[in-house]
Amino acid sequence: MQTVLSIAADAVAYGMVLFVISIGLSVTMGLMKVVNLAHGAFAMMGGYIAAFATHQLGVPFGVAIVAAVAGTVLAAIPVERVLYRPIYGAPELTQVLMTIGITFVIIGIANYAMGPSMKTIPLPTILEGPVDIGFRSIAAHKLFAVATGLVVAAAAWLVIERTAFGVKLRASVDNATMAAALGVRTKVVYAVSFAAAVGLAALGGVVGAQLLPIEPYYALRYMVTFLVVVSVGGAGSIPGALLACLLLGAVETTGRYLMPEFGEFFFYLAVIAIVCVFPHGLLGRRG
Amino acid sequence: MTTDATVKARNAASLGRVRRSAAVDATAVVIILAAAALLYVLFPGSLALFTRMVAIMMLALSLDLVTGFAGIATLGHAALFGAGAYAAGILASKFGFTDPFAMLGVGAVAGALAGIVSSVVILRGRGLGQLVLSIAIVQLAHEAANKLSAWTGGSDGLSGIAPAPIFGLYRFDLWGRTAFILAVALLVVVFVLLRVIIRSPFGMLCRGIKQDPVRVRAMGAPVYGTLVKLYAIAGAVAGLGGALSAVATKVVGLDSLSFTLSAEALVMLVLGGVGKLFGALIGTFVFIWFEHLVAAINPFHWLTIVGVMLIVVVLFEPRGLTGAAEALWTRARGGRR
Amino acid sequence: MSLLDVRQLRKRFGGLVVTRDVSITLGKGDRVALIGPNGAGKTTFVNLVTGHVRPDGGTVLLDGKDVTRASPTARVRAGLVRSFQVTRLFSEMTPEEHIALAMLQRLGRSRRIFADFRSMPDVVDEADRILSLFNLSGIARVPVGAIAYGQQRLLEVALVMALKPKVLLLDEPAAGVPSADIALIERALAQLPADLAVLMIDHDMDFVFRFARKVIVLAAGGVIFDGTPQAVAADARVRQAYLGSYADDRGTA
Repeated sequence: MQTVLSIAADAVAYGMVLFVISIGLSVTMGLMKVVNLAHGAFAMMGGYIAAFATHQLGVPFGVAIVAAVAGTVLAAIPVERVLYRPIYGAPELTQVLMTIGITFVIIGIANYAMGPSMKTIPLPTILEGPVDIGFRSIAAHKLFAVATGLVVAAAAWLVIERTAFGVKLRASVDNATMAAALGVRTKVVYAVSFAAAVGLAALGGVVGAQLLPIEPYYALRYMVTFLVVVSVGGAGSIPGALLACLLLGAVETTGRYLMPEFGEFFFYLAVIAIVCVFPHGLLGRRG
Repeated sequence: MTTDATVKARNAASLGRVRRSAAVDATAVVIILAAAALLYVLFPGSLALFTRMVAIMMLALSLDLVTGFAGIATLGHAALFGAGAYAAGILASKFGFTDPFAMLGVGAVAGALAGIVSSVVILRGRGLGQLVLSIAIVQLAHEAANKLSAWTGGSDGLSGIAPAPIFGLYRFDLWGRTAFILAVALLVVVFVLLRVIIRSPFGMLCRGIKQDPVRVRAMGAPVYGTLVKLYAIAGAVAGLGGALSAVATKVVGLDSLSFTLSAEALVMLVLGGVGKLFGALIGTFVFIWFEHLVAAINPFHWLTIVGVMLIVVVLFEPRGLTGAAEALWTRARGGRR
Repeated sequence: MSLLDVRQLRKRFGGLVVTRDVSITLGKGDRVALIGPNGAGKTTFVNLVTGHVRPDGGTVLLDGKDVTRASPTARVRAGLVRSFQVTRLFSEMTPEEHIALAMLQRLGRSRRIFADFRSMPDVVDEADRILSLFNLSGIARVPVGAIAYGQQRLLEVALVMALKPKVLLLDEPAAGVPSADIALIERALAQLPADLAVLMIDHDMDFVFRFARKVIVLAAGGVIFDGTPQAVAADARVRQAYLGSYADDRGTA
């Protein structure tokens, strides 16, 4: 029983980190129909900025998070303008190649600027120790990750369901041509969503740095994981992404605890089973 | 009015076109052989590298069948290559069948079977789902090979592969001459066979499926069965490449079954030109040659260069190196057809 | 004996009946037009007959055989072929290759891996004959993506003909064709084999009346008229259906 609870606690923490990083990817993939393999690279960028800010500039953790999000968004805006716009509506193969290319370049730059070693982001003292949650104690940073995930989920839901921008976003996801005809400036919607998605990725990169350590191959190592979350959950669906993250977090963590020698075997087996049965994702829309 | 004479003339003209295609194939073969001879003479110390290139060329050719001709984007194609490599390696090291042609044959069959299994899974998905399924397959195969270390050697790699001399006569020498000649001979055979297959009715059907599967079904032709069959053929080619690398290098590593190799094969194909068999060859050659030069200095520089190359190809020359060369050639001839 | 015999075909989507007990028979050489206002259920009917949608009731007999449960491709192989309202061709392949591929499929040779249609005299001859029948010989080896839309429509008809169907469903063959080229399409349709049974779905009345010898009118999912082109204009229910449809154009999908 103790093991089950331990696994569950870790699975939820891991799943929530995945969620914070992937939610933006899911929304933008549903919206712009771009297979974006470079999403993890932006999460990595956030992690690097935070590591730099805390170590080199000595700023506190909270400021580092803000700097990471802002810095990554600023860097991503020209990338969206110049490299993503030409591939909206292009064949998948083209999108895959372009976004792999972007990933490789970001990895190369990260290594050039920060070196090949792993970077840590020092936590503030309140997040360092273990916290007793009744049945066991859990690292405070994991609780913080879960809390961040919940806040992001709630905020995303509020923005999409309750704001004027959310209305435009949903209309563009449903039918971009029709939305444009009705006066929605889809280019602006795309750009804003892309910036928000990248910002969330950076946030997830910082908050999850204890679980997904920051190093140059980060962007390549977790590229597949984030794509898997989106395809399992269904592109464009927030509840789908949440469900997929918790489910895949559970499969991955259970596998690691109970059968570490199988590596990610069960993770990918689950992915194949789910996508074969639900080709549009668990909660995705058909077509 | 169609008279016997015009019918005869028409058929003769048509056969003439068949012969012209055969002449183009022959020219391509001559170019391949000439390039191979040149490399053999100029770089006798690098034959192992060239043999590895040929093995990867088979993977790129196989990927071109699936992606270039039938339009299925996949990031898991190394699963077929690795299946062939491990099948050939296990046959030699665990069962003691060391005849190189037996190893190659078993590799091709294993690749074809892996191709059929992959296609059944991959064709379940569409778009992103399809891509993710293809990745999941190669990752799953990778983890399975890692776990079954009693058979595969796990992360240490499978060693103890000692192929017997070809026809009992030609030993695999230390300089890799025999292996290189075997590789080039296989490449020529595979290349010509694939050229024929692409022109065949089956090949036309595959190209049709890429362009409009609905129309193909409306002609009464099966889409799913055709694609599974194509995957079996592609698997045999990739598996043969894998087996060739097992025969030539005498080891099989987990990297032959990796997402990285799958992605690299796609990059090579795109660099050379998708949908052109020659593109697969050129792209592989250029990629591995540069990798050899640059990665030796710093692997991260290499990654940056590949990244920039991909972006440039997508933005400026989607048809790759062969496409660019073709465009130059057409312009040089004054734009005549 | 009739080549296509559709009996009491029924389909509902949710609570909406889109096809109600439609029966149609086509015999050798028939030229029948199926018309109806928007939302009358023409598209659903075509999809039911070609097998893309499963009916809730009724049967489809093709040349005497029950194909109600057969797959779309099986029906094509049995001789029931359709054309598309929006041109569906392989943009990188030539007209010659289109016709050859259709013929190879018909002759059961499309699975061959080591063959070349250009060394099959029967295929080359017939492809050439069909292309010249539609005045497409001059562009036989130009990729379809580079030829004019009117010519693509002609190729669509030529392609269908190369499949040698017993029953042909023509879905708005003149859709999108500039009016100057409509005569070309009509001439192409006149080349269809005399014993082929043709069901044309369209709403251009003039075009339909020159082609069809029998007209069937569909409204709100059911057949409301079945008779000669001359009688259709005078029929009260037809007038009601068309004029009524302007008052209530929210019709059924």
